[in-house]
Amino acid sequence: MQADADGVSYIVELREVSKQFGETLALDHVTLRIRDGEFFSMLGPSGCGKTTSLRLMAGFDEPDAGEIWIGGKRQAAVPAHRRPVNTVFQSYALFPHMTVFENVAFGLEMAHVAREAIRRRVGEALEMVQLPGLESRRPRQLSGGQQQRVALARALVNHPQVLLLDEPLGALDLKLRKAMQLELKALQERVGITFVYVTHDQEEALTMSDRIGVMNGGRLLQVGAPDEIYENPAAEFVADFIGETNFIPVTVVGREGELVDLEVDEGVRVRALDESGLAPGDTATLAIRPERMLFESGPPQPGWNRVSGVVEDVVYTGAFTSVLVRGPHDLPITVRRPNENFQERGKLHRGDTVGLAWRQEAGSLFTGRRTEKGAG
Amino acid sequence: MKAGVRRRSRGPLLVVPSALWLGLFFTLPLIIVILISLVERGRAGGVRTPLVFTLEYYQRLADPLYLSILWRSVRIALVVTSVCVLLGYPLAVFMSRSLVRVRGALLLLVMIPFWTNFLVRTYAIKLMLGADGLVNSLLVSTGMVQAPLSLLFNEFAVVLGLVYGYLPFAVLPMYASVEKFDGRLMEAAADLGANLRRAFLRVMLPLTLPGVLAAVVLVFVPVVGAFITPDIMGGGKIEMIGTLINRQFGVARNWPFGSAMSLALMVMVVIGVLYYFRSGAETERPL
Repeated sequence: MQADADGVSYIVELREVSKQFGETLALDHVTLRIRDGEFFSMLGPSGCGKTTSLRLMAGFDEPDAGEIWIGGKRQAAVPAHRRPVNTVFQSYALFPHMTVFENVAFGLEMAHVAREAIRRRVGEALEMVQLPGLESRRPRQLSGGQQQRVALARALVNHPQVLLLDEPLGALDLKLRKAMQLELKALQERVGITFVYVTHDQEEALTMSDRIGVMNGGRLLQVGAPDEIYENPAAEFVADFIGETNFIPVTVVGREGELVDLEVDEGVRVRALDESGLAPGDTATLAIRPERMLFESGPPQPGWNRVSGVVEDVVYTGAFTSVLVRGPHDLPITVRRPNENFQERGKLHRGDTVGLAWRQEAGSLFTGRRTEKGAG
Repeated sequence: MKAGVRRRSRGPLLVVPSALWLGLFFTLPLIIVILISLVERGRAGGVRTPLVFTLEYYQRLADPLYLSILWRSVRIALVVTSVCVLLGYPLAVFMSRSLVRVRGALLLLVMIPFWTNFLVRTYAIKLMLGADGLVNSLLVSTGMVQAPLSLLFNEFAVVLGLVYGYLPFAVLPMYASVEKFDGRLMEAAADLGANLRRAFLRVMLPLTLPGVLAAVVLVFVPVVGAFITPDIMGGGKIEMIGTLINRQFGVARNWPFGSAMSLALMVMVVIGVLYYFRSGAETERPL
């Protein structure tokens, strides 16, 4: 196992890994280090390369370039059946001709574990996923949720160094999925095995993960803890894909230390933090989360930005109210406020002119004008 | 309710066409064959009239000569079936893993022989195997052998001809099974530590077994009673039960003996197939 200067050890490492399928570059020089014992999610839209990464770790495909290290060993030319990982497949891939017991016992049998030990460990594994008593059933006699648990037990029973999960909750209904998310997270903490979890569901990733790797178009855009990814998206795509974001096209007009002055519209200026070294004249996109915005009618306070707009719609969604506002340049801006301290709610009507305020450091600034939503 | 009543009252009527068909083309001929097997033969074929009932022809079946011919037929059929399955399974896998366009072409190649007359196909392969045929001239001209090999008129030739004729019957049902097989299960098996051989034996083979079972029956049953191929490829020297039966209705003009032999073969095959499917169904459910 590799350890860096801080003493953190990494169980999985991808070094400059590329993979091409026909004309499409599924993975483009991806470098990634996954810590021992963490719950790591690979998040991105379909076709972003997350499943390809997982298949390369499992050994179902070989990278065209780059290296994959697992448990401190380079995995070049190591076939899938010799890797210290196990997979929970999206389709579960349970063996239909075997009972639940035989399915879970399969890996142990392949490892020539003694019959008594197999019986004991299969029992433990089924208990762990809360499925005792179904040993003699066949997969087709189980519900989707039960099949999912069998798939989990079948993988975990082998005590892999890393458990790879390919959208395992995708086929379950919403309520079951929510329950399983928490259960999976608790299970991961209990067994202490590194989970690499592929998903396209940002909420799922935020709920369960210690760290998230956001992918798009075969590239790894950002790796970080859920709050880091949400609060400080490193790329416009990340800001857009995770949560809801207002994008405001701006032009840089001045600079004062780390703060830049931005022109939204003639006479409408805001300030934001910039670390990328934008210079006056550059175009940029400012991203602000809807819940970071307030309604403020007075003049801007120090450290705050303020623009005005016209209320277009007020949508009550239970815990929150979303207000759609037409800002400068007819820009659609969404403001979301929790209902328990949103006194202005009853006073907002379509057509009202309102002031929107947010802290200068609340936004993220990306160079260039925003591309089409969902591009790439 | 009304529709249900009407459906029920009409139900028995729907059986009539198939019952007629089976009665006319299966039951009736079978009864005739049974009848013929139980009466004395006529001088010039057919049966002696008025009918004289006898079990003589069934007793003759126990003759060691005929038993050895029966054994040879079973042995050849077993060899042919094994070769067809062992060749056909990889071919079926290869076809199912090919691109869709290639797959269609391969299926066509497997089926084209069906559209050619069986006799023509058999004579074609016989020509290829002759002393101055394609195979021998290739072997001699490349210097691999000094003199032409005798590839015809022996058991090898018969087996070869039968394999060639019945391979499609093995490939098609196995292809149907293999094509339905979810390849991801092989990945799951590999993921759980099974090498290719064990993944095949524990996962792919059990799940494609229905196709293999069907292939075995579809090849074994016709081959054990085959008579054209052994006749042509064996040059009359390789007697199988089929050629023997064929001869009773032809030159030997012994219809009752031919009928008795046919029935004995049929009963054996039916019992064998039933037993086989039962044990096959059991192996499908291990433990």
